[in-house]
Amino acid sequence: MGLLDQRFENGNVFVTSLENLLNWARLSSLYQMQFGLACCAIEMMAASASDFDIMRFGIIPRATPRQADVMFVAGTVTLKMASRIKRLYDQMAEPRYIISMGSCANCGGPYWEHGYHVLKGVDRVIPVDVYVPGCPPRPEALLEGIIKLQEKVRKESLVKKSA
Amino acid sequence: MTAEEILNTLKARFGDAVVESKLDVPQPWISLNPARMKEVAEVLHDDPSTQFDTLMCLSGIDYNNGKLGVVYHLFSMVHRHKIVLKAICTKEEPHVQSVTSVWATANWHEREAFDMYGIVFDEHPDLRRILMPYDWEGHPLRKDYKVPEYYNGMKVPY
Repeated sequence: MGLLDQRFENGNVFVTSLENLLNWARLSSLYQMQFGLACCAIEMMAASASDFDIMRFGIIPRATPRQADVMFVAGTVTLKMASRIKRLYDQMAEPRYIISMGSCANCGGPYWEHGYHVLKGVDRVIPVDVYVPGCPPRPEALLEGIIKLQEKVRKESLVKKSA
Repeated sequence: MTAEEILNTLKARFGDAVVESKLDVPQPWISLNPARMKEVAEVLHDDPSTQFDTLMCLSGIDYNNGKLGVVYHLFSMVHRHKIVLKAICTKEEPHVQSVTSVWATANWHEREAFDMYGIVFDEHPDLRRILMPYDWEGHPLRKDYKVPEYYNGMKVPY
């Protein structure tokens, strides 16, 4: 039988705080904004496929920002793309989270010096919750980033806004 | 046809349109007057002895001496021969005739050369930027290009 059945044999009432319940619900169903930018997106797709199976974290790709909770910025953010990313972020409903995946999205990566067309870090246009290093990061690294984000969501408070 | 035969054909047909040539290199090239690029391209494409049906590549160059260039790599599927053409213009007058009507491949290649080097292809059907945003200023692959401090309120340098 399931885990909950073993804990609550006869009753169906248990007590928790609203905060805990909301945070648990949020971190268990982080719907993903379905888009990728460069080679990091290939690793993100690998993370979605059966070997790594991102769905066991409750992450389901959604094709519209209005149904998404988390955005993986997977790849090089060009200046041309940056304004589009900002718009997609603005269209997401709160609470919304950003995982910056790979060196390019974190700080410009190999384009840091001569990349006239690259935004040196997506955090210049939108706030980032978790940075995943790597070029590109392996799917395990992305999963680690997701777990870090879940830890962050678990500690959130209704009254006190987390930084 | 060898490169020398192609050069002689062009010289006989167009005379002063041929500016310069170098044939004793792995990829022999012929430099042409940029204002007469299209008529030469039409002949090379249509003439049964040359029949250059494929434009393999079209690139832009900044020679860093006030001159810009366009390089065309041509191949004939029928005759299995190759030739390289060059059209060299100045930075003050960066005009080269478009060859889009001869090889449709040239359309986007010329847009890219325009985007990156500011070479204006006369008679091109749709000469817009292809990679950079439409409101971008300058042509980034020119040697004297300076990266802007800000673009649409976003800081560009690291």
